Amino acid sequence: MEIPKSFLGYKRENGRAGTRNHVIILPVDDISNACAEAVANNIKGTIALPHSYGRLQFGADLDLHFRTMIGTGCNPNVAAVIVIGIEPKWTKKIVDGIAKTGKPVEGFHIERTGDIGTTMKASKKAQEFVMWASEKQREECPMSDLWISVKCGESDTTSGLAANPTVGNLMDKLEPMGVHLCFGETSELTGAEQVCATRGATPEASDKFMKTWNSYNDFILKEATDDLSESQPTAGNIAGGLTTIEEKAFGNFQKIGNCKFIDVLEPAEEPTKGKGLYFMDTSSAAAECVTLQAAAGFNIHLFPTGQGNIVGNPIEPVVKLTANPLTVKGMGEHIDCDVSKILTREMNMSQAGDELIKTTLRVANGRLTCAEALGHKEFVMTKLYRSA
Amino acid sequence: MRLIYKILKISNKQIDTINMATDIIIHDKKDNVGVVVIEKITPKQDCACWIMEDDSSTNIQSMDEIPLGHKIAMTDLNEGDTILKYGHDIGKVVKSIKKGEHVHVHNVKTKKW
Repeated sequence: MEIPKSFLGYKRENGRAGTRNHVIILPVDDISNACAEAVANNIKGTIALPHSYGRLQFGADLDLHFRTMIGTGCNPNVAAVIVIGIEPKWTKKIVDGIAKTGKPVEGFHIERTGDIGTTMKASKKAQEFVMWASEKQREECPMSDLWISVKCGESDTTSGLAANPTVGNLMDKLEPMGVHLCFGETSELTGAEQVCATRGATPEASDKFMKTWNSYNDFILKEATDDLSESQPTAGNIAGGLTTIEEKAFGNFQKIGNCKFIDVLEPAEEPTKGKGLYFMDTSSAAAECVTLQAAAGFNIHLFPTGQGNIVGNPIEPVVKLTANPLTVKGMGEHIDCDVSKILTREMNMSQAGDELIKTTLRVANGRLTCAEALGHKEFVMTKLYRSA
Repeated sequence: MRLIYKILKISNKQIDTINMATDIIIHDKKDNVGVVVIEKITPKQDCACWIMEDDSSTNIQSMDEIPLGHKIAMTDLNEGDTILKYGHDIGKVVKSIKKGEHVHVHNVKTKKW
C-alpha cells in the first residue's frame, strides 16, 4: 500500500496540528469540578474535564499535576481553554503555561465570587471561544504532524500474537515519515525489561530506561502487599489465556515493531528530541496512561485489546483494534479495526498494518472513534503519593 | 481439510505457502507452548500448528479442552522447567505437564515474584 503523505488537521498557533478541535473547561482542582461542568452544560460544544485532585499536593506530585493540566491545555487537539480553580494563584500558573502556545485561554477563580457568578463569567468567555473555534477549518498537514501514542489493555494472547504486532507494523511504516511515537507501561514490561533496554537508540536511552524500570520495581517490592498476581496479569488477562507478567510483557513489547526509542520521558513530559519513538514512564492502567500521553502532546492514540478494553479520552481519540474474534462478535461497537483474520491466516501482518494505517488516517481526518461515539471521556490524573 | 493457496508475507519475507486451517500458532521455533486460535480445541483433537518464525507446520494431539487464546504444551514438561514463548522465558513449571495439556496458572508461575 502506498501510504498517504498527509492528513486533514487543525493547524495551531504554535505550529502543531490537531486531529480534533475541542474547547475544554479545565478545573484546576477537585472542588472546581461542579463549576466547570456547569459551564460545559451551558455552552454546547465545550467539554469539562473533571478529575479528583489538585489540592494540597507537593513536590514531584504537584509538578506532575501542573504538567498534566498545562499539557492537556496545550495539546493541539484543543483549540481554546477555560481554566477554573478555587483560588487565583494556581489557576494563573496553568493559564500562563497554556498561553505559551498562543491559543486562547482564560482563567477564573471561585473564591469571593462563588460557583454561580464564576459560572456566568466563565460561560460568557466559553461561548466566545467555542464560536470562534467552530470556524476553524481542517487543512492538509504532513504525516509528521501526527503524534501517535500507543497502549494496550485487557490483553490476552491474541494481543501478543496479532493486535500488538499490527501496531508494531504501523510504527515500522510510519516512523520513517517523521511521526512522533510513544509507548509506556513501565510495569507491563516486567520480564522483558532487559530485552526492552536493548532497544534504546543510544546507551543513554537504554540506561535511562533501566533506571526508570528499576525505580518502579523497587517501589513494587517495597509497597506490594502480595505478589501482584491479581493485578499483573489482571483477571481479564488470565481469562484470556495470559499466565504470567513475563508473557504479558513480551506480548506488550510487540507494539514497537523494530523501532528504537530515542529518549525516556517523565510522565506527561513533552518530547523535545524531534521525530521518532519515545518511552514514557507510566502506569499500565489505561485511562491514566492515555491521559499522560495526551498531556505530553500526542494527538491520536492506538489501543490494541484482546478481551475488550473500552477506554476513551476527552481530547485524544483512542482507536481500538483487536484480533480476538470473540471480542469482535460480542462487543464490536468498541472496535475500530478488526484484525482477527490474522489468526485464521487470511490476513498477514503487513496487510493488518495497512488496515490500521487507513483507520488511523480516517480518524485523524475526523471520523469519530467508537469510544468517542459511545461517550468515553476518561480523564484520570496520575498521583505519585499522598497529599500534605 | 480446506486448502487455501495464497501468498503470505511474514515479517518482510515473501513466502509461497499452502495454508491449511490453523488451530494453534507458535511464535518461535524454540517455544515449548503454542496458542489456540480457534474457539476451542477438544480432548484427542488432532491440531494443525503453524510456527510463525519460519513459516513451518507441525501437528499435535490435545489432551484437554483448551479455549481460544490459551496455551497447549508442545512437549512433556517437568516441575522447574522454563516455559518459552516468543523464544523467551515467560515463567516456570510448578506442576508437571504432559504434551498436549493445557498450560496456565494451575501449572505455571512467574519467576518475578
